[in-house]
Amino acid sequence: MKVFKKLASYVGSYKKSAILSPILVMLEVIMECAIPAIAGTLINELSTTEGKIDLARVAIYCSVLICCALLSLMFGALAGIQCSKASCGFAKNLRTALYNKSQDFSFENIDKFSTSSLVTRLTTDVTNVQQSFMMIIRTAIRAPFMFIFSIIMAFTVGGQMAFIFVIIVPILLFTLIMVAKKAMPIFKKVFKKYDTLNNSIQENVQGMRVVKSFVREEHEIERFGDASDDVKNDFTRAEKILAFNSPIMQFCMYSIMLSVLFLGSYVLIQTTGNAFDVGNFSMLLTYGIQMLMSLMMISMIFVMITMSIESARRICEVLDEESTIKNPENPVFEVENGDIDFNGVNFKYAKRAEKYALDGIELHIKSGQTVGIIGGTGSSKSSLIQLIPRLYDVTEGSVCVGGRDVREYDIEVLRDSVSVVLQKNVLFSGTIKENLRWGDENATDEELIHACKLACADEFISTFPDGYDTYIEQGGTNVSGGQRQRLCIARALLKKPKILILDDSTSAVDTRTDALIRKAMREEIPNTTKIIIAQRISSVQDADLIVILDDGKISDMGTHDALLEKSKIYREIFTSQTKGAKMA
Amino acid sequence: MNKTVKNPRQPAMGKPMKKVKKGTFTRFLKLLFSFYKAPFILVIVCICLSAIATASPSIFQEYVVNTAVDALDELTLSDEEKATMSEAEIAEFEAKKQERIDAVMDDHFRRIGIAVSILAGIYVIGLASAFIQTRTMAVVTQGSLHKLRMLMFKKMQRLPIKYFDTNARGDIMSHYTNDIDSLRQLISQSLPQLITTSIILLTVTSLMLYMSFWMTLVVILGVIAMTIVSKRIGGSGAKYFRKQQISLGVTEGYIEEMINGQKVVKVFNHEDKSKEKFDTLNSELCENATMANIRANTLMPIMNNIGHILYVFLIFAGSMLYIFGAKNVSLAGTEAFQIGTIVAFLGLSKQFTNNVSQLSNQANAIIMGLAGAERVFELMDEESEVDNGYVTLVNAYEDENGELHETSKRTGIWAWRHPHGDGTITYTRVRGDVRMKEVDFGYVEDKIVLHDISLYAEPGQKIAFVGATGAGKTTITNLINRFYDIADGKIRYDGININKIKKDDLRRSLGIVLQEVNLFTGTVLDNIRYGKLDATDEECIEAAKRANAHSFISMLPDGYNTVISGNGSDLSQGQRQLISIARAAVADPPVMILDEATSSIDTRTESLVSAGLDSLMQGRTVFVIAHRLSTIKNSNVIMVLDKGRIIERGSHDELLAIKGKYYQLYTGSFDFDD
Repeated sequence: MKVFKKLASYVGSYKKSAILSPILVMLEVIMECAIPAIAGTLINELSTTEGKIDLARVAIYCSVLICCALLSLMFGALAGIQCSKASCGFAKNLRTALYNKSQDFSFENIDKFSTSSLVTRLTTDVTNVQQSFMMIIRTAIRAPFMFIFSIIMAFTVGGQMAFIFVIIVPILLFTLIMVAKKAMPIFKKVFKKYDTLNNSIQENVQGMRVVKSFVREEHEIERFGDASDDVKNDFTRAEKILAFNSPIMQFCMYSIMLSVLFLGSYVLIQTTGNAFDVGNFSMLLTYGIQMLMSLMMISMIFVMITMSIESARRICEVLDEESTIKNPENPVFEVENGDIDFNGVNFKYAKRAEKYALDGIELHIKSGQTVGIIGGTGSSKSSLIQLIPRLYDVTEGSVCVGGRDVREYDIEVLRDSVSVVLQKNVLFSGTIKENLRWGDENATDEELIHACKLACADEFISTFPDGYDTYIEQGGTNVSGGQRQRLCIARALLKKPKILILDDSTSAVDTRTDALIRKAMREEIPNTTKIIIAQRISSVQDADLIVILDDGKISDMGTHDALLEKSKIYREIFTSQTKGAKMA
Repeated sequence: MNKTVKNPRQPAMGKPMKKVKKGTFTRFLKLLFSFYKAPFILVIVCICLSAIATASPSIFQEYVVNTAVDALDELTLSDEEKATMSEAEIAEFEAKKQERIDAVMDDHFRRIGIAVSILAGIYVIGLASAFIQTRTMAVVTQGSLHKLRMLMFKKMQRLPIKYFDTNARGDIMSHYTNDIDSLRQLISQSLPQLITTSIILLTVTSLMLYMSFWMTLVVILGVIAMTIVSKRIGGSGAKYFRKQQISLGVTEGYIEEMINGQKVVKVFNHEDKSKEKFDTLNSELCENATMANIRANTLMPIMNNIGHILYVFLIFAGSMLYIFGAKNVSLAGTEAFQIGTIVAFLGLSKQFTNNVSQLSNQANAIIMGLAGAERVFELMDEESEVDNGYVTLVNAYEDENGELHETSKRTGIWAWRHPHGDGTITYTRVRGDVRMKEVDFGYVEDKIVLHDISLYAEPGQKIAFVGATGAGKTTITNLINRFYDIADGKIRYDGININKIKKDDLRRSLGIVLQEVNLFTGTVLDNIRYGKLDATDEECIEAAKRANAHSFISMLPDGYNTVISGNGSDLSQGQRQLISIARAAVADPPVMILDEATSSIDTRTESLVSAGLDSLMQGRTVFVIAHRLSTIKNSNVIMVLDKGRIIERGSHDELLAIKGKYYQLYTGSFDFDD
């Protein structure tokens, strides 16, 4: 229930519509119930006056009826409009809230949810909740209201005969509840299986080269067939249970029909038309059907709400998540220089994790220095540098930039001064210019070109027919890996940072270009502290300081020559890369 | 690899609903019918029966009401009658009331009883049919969807790689998600509804005609009004609905892109910008969704109330006819109007209008469903990979004369079974000798990307390709395993033209490790075993050891039984590459293709892996594509590719000696990657 309360607060400015629509629906229901009553009375009148119908009276009745129908139409249409506004607005507010929340998330939060699950929450889950919300404001009021109203009317016209409903309604209610109870768990289960099925299709679409290379088509078809069959069986089982609903509903409707006709004529004859009129037949039937329909609606709402509750819960989980990295109360807005100090830093990704990703890091870098970091896969190179722009917070110890703890700075100021080219770099759909301006939105074209020249990107951009206006596809799939890396470096350079971090950002770039980029950085931005994570020794060998990370600890550091002397790991890497040929 | 991927900016969700091709509906029905013949007929019969049961009560209602009114006539005196009777007669009439009632009970009520019993009988049949129908439909719906999925999946497995290179993944996926979903609605709801509605409308119309022509006319006028209104609202609804789908597609695409690039967004302090853009998209979506929903949500109340107004007109018309004593013309003949007729007619008209509005409500789902069916058919009509190969790969053993004989056992010796036109069969030992002669190739016909490629790889040799992105390295390997077919020239494998070799067998004889690793959901062991489905656990572990993957796999929480999901997202890129090397190792093919197989492994680990790779390459023909020259230095031949041509070839030392492009590349004074 807390979930509903939480979500309800996002109706926001659409509250008016959200309240108005059930009210309009109620008015519509009153009209809908009034119409058969008036019509029934009219029919009674017709049948009792025997050939001498007072036309004036009929005309009055008819005009009243037309008015009611028009009113009902108006209320109904207005309710439709208001509830559309309310539900779409609600969905909009939810999406905005979720999106803004996700934008404020720290890396840790993002890791926790994983991007694909965040996307699902923002899309499918919101749609589910929106549907239920619409259902609630439209029918959750309508159905019970209609039900009660119909019962009252049925007793008024039908007198004792309305007791038929007292027998029929519980039968229907009981079956509906039983069916929902039985079918729901199967549905829940099968939706998960359905996800797995889709996942396996996706794997096949993605990995078709592998499937075909290993000639595993038959194997995949068999596997898929089993999974699809499984889904089919569960779905069929659930739907077979649901299939009870409609015959039961019909059974109730038929029973009412038969009882009304049979008992009705009996009472009519026995009381010579004193207790029951002919017109009451149709009225009683109409109310009976309305009653059953509203019960059916109620059960549908019940099913829909239970189905969307999971979505609601998942949405709330995101909304309730607090960003683990927040701005300090009195932030510092000025980063003095590019000094970096790691003071006894321990770090692990999750509190529960047993092993520290970084263990006892003590590292001091002076402004303007170039530092190379080298180490095997999983030696926590990336973890180390991600602490500098406060993408993660240290577990113990402190990281200082410009002599101050990074936690004292305004985050935006800090991240503007510390520019990171992430290992998993991403370009966004848009022109090259637009992508570059992420670094500095006010950069002139000259500045863009200059940065690209530094990153050795200008040479290939200028060969594109559209040059800097070339459109980059989502994920940057239309440029090669090396080109993408250079564009990302240019984008980072445009920030004119005090500290520039390249996390394995030239792995797809050939050695010569790699050297050119390093040379440009050395000459053009001498005062910027440069940290380079690399796999190639050649990328770091001329650095002022080379740090060797091994299993989260600093195994050794020093210059290239010193390390060749003293570090066994370094020597191993060096020889493995230069074995058999001398580097020119 | 993705040379000509279509612009993925138009997401599948936002596919505008174009006009459905003619014939899609009949083709779809035929297909469904072919899945479940008998159940389908059963369902249709049941639908007919239950529709008739639903439509029939009005006729009984008319009869009961008319009989009841007659009975009342017998029991009571109208004012007119009273006027003509004396006091005494009236008193006598009243005194005999109970007698009359008894008489009426015997006559009229008995008839009512019979009518109600017949109705009950019809109801029982209707209920039984409804029950059978819904149960069978559950089976038919899910079964048909399952069969459709299987058809699509089987078809997909037969499609050439080109299809996957030229279609966005999201588009292919949406056949299984969006299209199947819209078909579910079509099969389970819209189709039965369509049948039910048509039958009810037919029955009701004939009943109406049976009762009164004049009143039927009024109903038909009303229905015409309803059709016009629903076309109006429905039409503009469809327009906004399309807009909403497009908006939704764009917004979801944006969400996906931004959330995936979230870390970059944070690094560049781009949060506010991205929120701003999202706000615009979101507001637009909200607007379009509201417009679409308004159309959908107002349709029903409007239709229902037109029904009400029609109802009033009927009452009015009925009473007019009644008052003026008009003759009622109907299929049953001409007679005076009766109240019962009016009452029953009202019921019928209600049923009629209800069904018309139900149908208009389904219209959208039907259009969507057919659009889905059409897209499914598009996939099924794609051309499958053609395979005219007849040379097959078989296990063989050598007899004492050195001749090869076929066997069903795994012998470790493979042979090409080559049937000839004259009925003889020759066996050629699989050695791994690959030759290309003057090969030209283009992914699209008029754009040749490989020119005049000739090369010979002798068994056991290591051939390396070096060159810029787009120089055609991967393309060459795509030709060897016939992912694509060459335009001109010849490729021979052990002296056999590869076009003669059955594709499956050709590929089985080639192991391939790609830069982009694809793992499948399942355990690590399952993934390694993918290379050879009947490999024992020991063989798989042995292969993992050779690829140097054993040590990290043993450190995983469940070792070899650790479940990999999401393409191995919990593993590092390097670890995933190691698993894919192990997978190729267990397959043990005579020829291997390594396409940037070690690019994501750090050099230290690579030096460990390369030991494994070396042992793996031992005695095999290997094609290697690598960025790092250190990986390929020990190749027998290195081919330097530029713009689809081989510009230099030779061993490492030879190439260095001629001081050409390779030399420049190796010494770092030349940049290839542009």
